[in-house]
Amino acid sequence: MSATLDAAAAPIAIGGVAYEVVMGIECHVELKTETKMFCGCRNVFGAEPNTNVCPVCLGMPGALPVPNRLAIELLVKAGLAFGSEIPAYSKFDRKNYFYPDMPKDYQISQFDMPLTQGGVVPFWLPDGTHGSCRLTRIHLEEDTGKSSHASRDGRIAGSTHSLVDFNRAGVPLMECVSEPDIRSAPAAVAYLEALKRTFVALGVSDVKMEEGSLRCDVNLSLRPVGQEEYGTKTEIKNMNSFNSVRRAIESEMARQAEILENGGRIVQETRGWDEAAGTTHSMRSKEQAHDYRYFPDPDLTPIEFAPLDVTRLRESLVGLPQARIDRFVSDDKLSIAQAHQIVDTPGLADYYDAATALTEKPQATANFVLGDLSRLANETGVPAGESRLGVESLAEIVALVEAKTINSKTAKDLIARVWSDGGSPREIVAAEGLGQVSDSGAIDTLVAAVLAANEKSVADYRAGKTKVMGFLVGQVMKQSRGTANPTLAEERLRAALGDGAE
Amino acid sequence: MSDATAVEIARSVNAGESSAAKRARAANDRIAERDGVIGAYLSVTSELARTHAARVDARIAAGERLPLAGVPLAIKDNMCVTGTRTTCASKILADWIAPYTATAVQRLLDAGAIPLGKTNLDEFAMGSSCENSALGKTANPWDLGRVPGGSSGGSVAAVAGGEATVSLGSDTGGSIREPAAFCGVVGFKPTYGRVSRYGLIAFASSLDQIGPIATTVADAALVYDVMAGHDPMDATSVDRPVELASPGLREDLRGVRIGIVREFALTELDPAVRAVYERAYADLEKLGAELVEVALPTAEYGIATYYLIAPAECSSNLARFDGMRYGLRVEGRDVGATYEATRAAGFGDEVKRRILIGTYALSSGYYDAYYVRAQKARTLIAGDFAKAFASCDAIACPAAATPAFAFAAKTDPVSMYLMDYYTIPMSLAGLPSLSVPCGYVTPAGGTSPMPLGLELSAPLFAERSLLGIAHAYERGTRHAEARSIPDLPRTAVAR
Repeated sequence: MSATLDAAAAPIAIGGVAYEVVMGIECHVELKTETKMFCGCRNVFGAEPNTNVCPVCLGMPGALPVPNRLAIELLVKAGLAFGSEIPAYSKFDRKNYFYPDMPKDYQISQFDMPLTQGGVVPFWLPDGTHGSCRLTRIHLEEDTGKSSHASRDGRIAGSTHSLVDFNRAGVPLMECVSEPDIRSAPAAVAYLEALKRTFVALGVSDVKMEEGSLRCDVNLSLRPVGQEEYGTKTEIKNMNSFNSVRRAIESEMARQAEILENGGRIVQETRGWDEAAGTTHSMRSKEQAHDYRYFPDPDLTPIEFAPLDVTRLRESLVGLPQARIDRFVSDDKLSIAQAHQIVDTPGLADYYDAATALTEKPQATANFVLGDLSRLANETGVPAGESRLGVESLAEIVALVEAKTINSKTAKDLIARVWSDGGSPREIVAAEGLGQVSDSGAIDTLVAAVLAANEKSVADYRAGKTKVMGFLVGQVMKQSRGTANPTLAEERLRAALGDGAE
Repeated sequence: MSDATAVEIARSVNAGESSAAKRARAANDRIAERDGVIGAYLSVTSELARTHAARVDARIAAGERLPLAGVPLAIKDNMCVTGTRTTCASKILADWIAPYTATAVQRLLDAGAIPLGKTNLDEFAMGSSCENSALGKTANPWDLGRVPGGSSGGSVAAVAGGEATVSLGSDTGGSIREPAAFCGVVGFKPTYGRVSRYGLIAFASSLDQIGPIATTVADAALVYDVMAGHDPMDATSVDRPVELASPGLREDLRGVRIGIVREFALTELDPAVRAVYERAYADLEKLGAELVEVALPTAEYGIATYYLIAPAECSSNLARFDGMRYGLRVEGRDVGATYEATRAAGFGDEVKRRILIGTYALSSGYYDAYYVRAQKARTLIAGDFAKAFASCDAIACPAAATPAFAFAAKTDPVSMYLMDYYTIPMSLAGLPSLSVPCGYVTPAGGTSPMPLGLELSAPLFAERSLLGIAHAYERGTRHAEARSIPDLPRTAVAR
């Protein structure tokens, strides 16, 4: 498979040559399990330091790891969602290196036999083009503790001492490694968003970059368009939001382009993103020649997957967000932004799907769901699915509007009312006479009354100040308690004022 | 303290004829009287023993019957027991207090055993003489000028010297069997995965196994029966039912085929030692066994294989002793220097040697040539045993080529490594294997007869059959009963 067609990937002109950016992304995602990867300690964010710890996750002498089966299953589900292959046999390896926040001075990880291999992450770009990025692998490992350095800027340099919180040590972490298929900053963000919405939908992770449950490193290089060989890459770290990923990529692309423009050479290195400065800075001048001495962890037996297990996990994947987005865009003709917004709001896609099944009017339904319903959800803190406005009620409102029985003003009021109080919109409209008045005779009566009461406006209108028409229509609406058909009201006003022939 | 067996003590305490408190007191007195010269213990936990004894007596009074009621137990100091100093006989853990208890120990305590103390070992269980301990010197009760063997030297000497009725050792390449042979007691390493390793401070994770040390096979079987079985805290502990060994103890060997290994020719041994083993094989036959020759053509690669796999695992297992969270810490100018200073001061030479060998064997560029090939050799060795067991029920061979040697007799590491020539292949194959007393020789320059051990090994999970065979041999030969340790001097050896 070749790199994706990405309209956002405009070539960069460097010294008269068209260059393209090539990126691969490594994501570390903390899995949402009750307990840690190899012990029974709770996996929660924000607890008092060193309260969720035990001999196992503190690396006490003699303690042994026991794998969390749920974590393995969550990771496999994540892989299956992207069509990854699940090898029948996998194992854990030890990655050996010393660091104070790593209790055993080795990390249990996976080296040559990850839980999943391959797979493709499809996504839509904001400009309406479709993209995708291949996955190399997803593997499972344990997180480390968290160091805090006692220095002015929180960095280790110049600190008098460091403190370590081991609550995070042993939290299950999956590492998703992509192929170098990404060709633009928007594609990188779209890829990350696609991962995020899939992991959230599957309950694999809550994917909160600000809490560190998603951390990503971007490998970035430039090369002349058409050249097969990759340029020298840098690895960018420390981005804490999707927006900073986009900015970091743009900044690093510009930095590399400038070096190449001036005839310089890119140095392979790790660069940290500085959010405040809006630039990347060199962290390690050259990739340190780490020899991690990987070897199979003798404390853990190999993981074997029976075909039945994989089938069961595959069957548990329902309502995957990407398939829904594709359907909303292709079948329902929603915009990409609408489709993403519906899918990315918890519970909203289910609500939208159920409502559309009744209304059979996807665009009208989407407008209400993303407009009034989202606004009410924000204001009341109650998601649409939990409000008293059931999908049947929304469907009634959509039908009343489509039949021109009520106007949009009435629809808006009804939605707010039923949201909090419940009831059948159709019955409320009938009982309270909120039906749109589209009878010329009835409207004419209202028009006559309004014109009689607003002589000055009539005079202004006749003098050419046609803007007062809006005011006059408003008065008719008011007289009708909002039920008048506004189009008809304007038409009858014009007629009464003598220019109905327009 | 009488030298009653665990079986006898448990029976009498359960019957109300004796009490755990009495047993604990007597054992403690015996330690006070003898440990000054033997040096089996690194710490004596009298208070803990008293508390446990009281609890056991209360349970017995409440009508409970406990398989190890009041049995005095010594624990090798590489096993965690809550609140006890757990040192691995290393300066790096000299003052570390364990915050939890190893599963195997907990099972024995729950069954009524009395924890007397923590016993000496070669540092981190690396050695075959107990001389690598950084914290104490243990003598062989048969001849105080000789080593008890290792690494479980303290646990074996405690039982041989009457300072404990039973003890726990750990065996990675022979660390239970070789010292048991040297001190004339029964030392049993179960199948890898049969006894939980949770709380056993790791030396080489794929080889380490906890096992009992006792004066009789029946006592070893009793302790094994209590502690064997799956532990959810140890992913390598095997989840399959335990076949209790005690009911399988037998008195004869009729219908049993014993394999004699062609490659372990007795002709290479000292004539006096050789005579003991020839007699042992003859005794097996006399008890009704059929002796069959079996081949273990790859066994000679055991030591080379072992000395790649075990150090590789140890280099990773011992990384955590870095001065950051527990144990010795020697400050350096930064984190890296603190690591180096701590580990330089905290580990002894043999531990450092093995960490270096293991780090080298796992290094990129050498990994395939060393570690991967050693794993392949290990598979071949296990395959040889599987073939051999097609024609026999157990394999008999010497547990060690010589009796216990004098202190400082082995100065180069390789001659020490060779002490485990007969025990390492079984460890690599994960087999259940034990040493049972089989006679005595007076070594050249020695003053008194020293015990020798017959090693018996069986297929994976054939503990019941193995202990049954060993029991028949023990009862048919009564070597342990033939002699007892010489009277001990009153003066303490240097600690």
